[in-house]
Amino acid sequence: MSQRKSSRAGAGAKAAAAGHIHFVQGNEACVHGALYAGVSFFAGYPITPSTEIAEHLAERLPGIGGAFIQMEDEIGAMCAVCGAALAGAKAMTATSGPGFSLKQEAIGYACMAEIPCVVVNVQRAGPSTGLPTKVAQGDVNQARWGTHGDHSIVVLTASSVQDVFAITVEAFNIAEIYRTPVILLFDEVVGHMREKLIIPAPGELPVVERLRTAVKAGVNYHPYLPREDGRLPISDFGDVHRYNVTGLFHDIFGFPTENPEQVSKLVYHLVDKIENRSHLLARYKEFYLEDAEHILVSYGSSARSARHLVEGRRRKGDRIGLLELQTLWPFPAQVVREKTAHAKNVFVVEMNLGQVMAQVKQATAHPDRVFLVNRMDGMLVTPTDIGKVMRTVEGRGF
Amino acid sequence: MAFQKLIRERFFPHLWCPGCGHGTVLNGLLHAVDELGLDQSSLCMVSGIGCSARIAGYVDFHTMHTMHGRALACATGLKLARPSLTIFVPMGDGDATAIGGNHFIHACRRNIDLTAIVLNNRIYGMTGGQYSPLSGQGILATTAPYRSIDPAFDVVQLALGAGATFVARTTAFHVKEIGSIIKKAVQHKGMSVVEIFVQCPTYFGRKNKIGDAVQMLEQYRDRTAPLGSKKLEADPSLIARGIFKDEQRPEYCEEYAKIIARAQGKEA
Repeated sequence: MSQRKSSRAGAGAKAAAAGHIHFVQGNEACVHGALYAGVSFFAGYPITPSTEIAEHLAERLPGIGGAFIQMEDEIGAMCAVCGAALAGAKAMTATSGPGFSLKQEAIGYACMAEIPCVVVNVQRAGPSTGLPTKVAQGDVNQARWGTHGDHSIVVLTASSVQDVFAITVEAFNIAEIYRTPVILLFDEVVGHMREKLIIPAPGELPVVERLRTAVKAGVNYHPYLPREDGRLPISDFGDVHRYNVTGLFHDIFGFPTENPEQVSKLVYHLVDKIENRSHLLARYKEFYLEDAEHILVSYGSSARSARHLVEGRRRKGDRIGLLELQTLWPFPAQVVREKTAHAKNVFVVEMNLGQVMAQVKQATAHPDRVFLVNRMDGMLVTPTDIGKVMRTVEGRGF
Repeated sequence: MAFQKLIRERFFPHLWCPGCGHGTVLNGLLHAVDELGLDQSSLCMVSGIGCSARIAGYVDFHTMHTMHGRALACATGLKLARPSLTIFVPMGDGDATAIGGNHFIHACRRNIDLTAIVLNNRIYGMTGGQYSPLSGQGILATTAPYRSIDPAFDVVQLALGAGATFVARTTAFHVKEIGSIIKKAVQHKGMSVVEIFVQCPTYFGRKNKIGDAVQMLEQYRDRTAPLGSKKLEADPSLIARGIFKDEQRPEYCEEYAKIIARAQGKEA
């Protein structure tokens, strides 16, 4: 048996079957996107409704020289992802609410140690075991604040199978550029819904490779000294530079420090590297916003119902539009503020008790014009649900 | 002895208490690594949280100081992603048998090629002397002011039961044995578990009126005996030391390499 000397980095790049038209679930599109982006390691634990991601990667990864492992628990899966990423792999895991709760410890470690990785949460209804097979979008705030302490994180979502593919590629790219865990916050409907997927040819979508240090052996390498552009070139475990990685506050060598100045500098670095670039990270789609008096703000599968209603009313001549968010964190407040500036009413459509609505209210100069259209009963919010709330707000009753 | 190149000298003197046994284990580990003459750029140490975890700061390896109990899970990902690495995983009582207990038994079951070193001091030291799953009944600790009622795990039996293929035990008194056992553990292909009794005079010894570090070490000398020795036969109440198991069973990463070959249609 020959030992595999090199890491599995980049093994996935040549894997995605380009140009082919597929008819697949969102979860499968996520796998195709991950392979396109170069995923080479997956660790997971079975959980509905995300399990298909693990199943497909178990099949695909060994074929490209990557590795799949089913760990003993959700915590272990997230930890294994951290270890694999330091070995040079583009690593990911996938889970749902209860598992996402368990992973928070190691997500915090990845934030602190600046380990690039992708964490998929295909949302189901919570709290606790909730409704394992039913849709919800209740983990928006957990994705942002689930792990303890001041930190920042990137959270992306999508509403169609094709968009799941593209946003998964983006997630890997952002993880590499910012050396951060990126959360893909899908939901049960998007994860299980089947649609057409066209896989782009290699090179059609940009794929960011890991930035490795150019510092030669024998020269001092500072693993935690950001370059002028804020990026942090890495050296893989097993390569020439030996350094320390820790969840403690650390200096530029990666060794623990309690020096107040260094502590403060690190926490601001962790937050600012993402929050100061929220304009670069804002991904969204807009439909008929130019002259819209009524604007729906939505994301994930809710945005499909919102779009259906918007298309229908546009045909009748209503001035209505949709702002579909794909970046949930850092919250694209500026985008929301600008796009809704001239709206008479803003309706936030989501399947929770108003987690994104609270952000929209904060972002806009007119929070009194922001209304919530929601469902939190395991059922997909429908165009009829949206229409009812709009009638009420417009003073026409149900 | 080329120890200087294996350690990060600028961090010494170490942070452990006077009389602590952890430095003795570090010493034995360095002897083993030195004698094996391993390529330093392939050496990794993945640790958890606590006094034992701080060993990682002192060795000039690729070091990953992780979360409490999660060292083996992190090490599993590291090893599977880069099987050519030699990975040491030092753990304390809590790391190995409490918060990390699940990772411990599953790493043993998989037989992944890691060298786990359990520094058993029967106490949570860094948090100030609480009882652990290795304390045993009748022990005084800050969280057992009326003495502990919790039975202890036997780390060796636990590792054997879970499927580790190299299982050994020694103590901080038996300095040379530490080096020679760790050396064999590293050479072993598969999951190796080395339990080492280490004295914590600050919390365990003082609280339980066992005495200082020297008296605790004398206890290790007097209350243990080598496997298969006449001393052990004569007094079964003694704790056995030595190598309990050293067997070959398919190693996890090697088995996964076969999966890769099969998936790529290159079955051996």
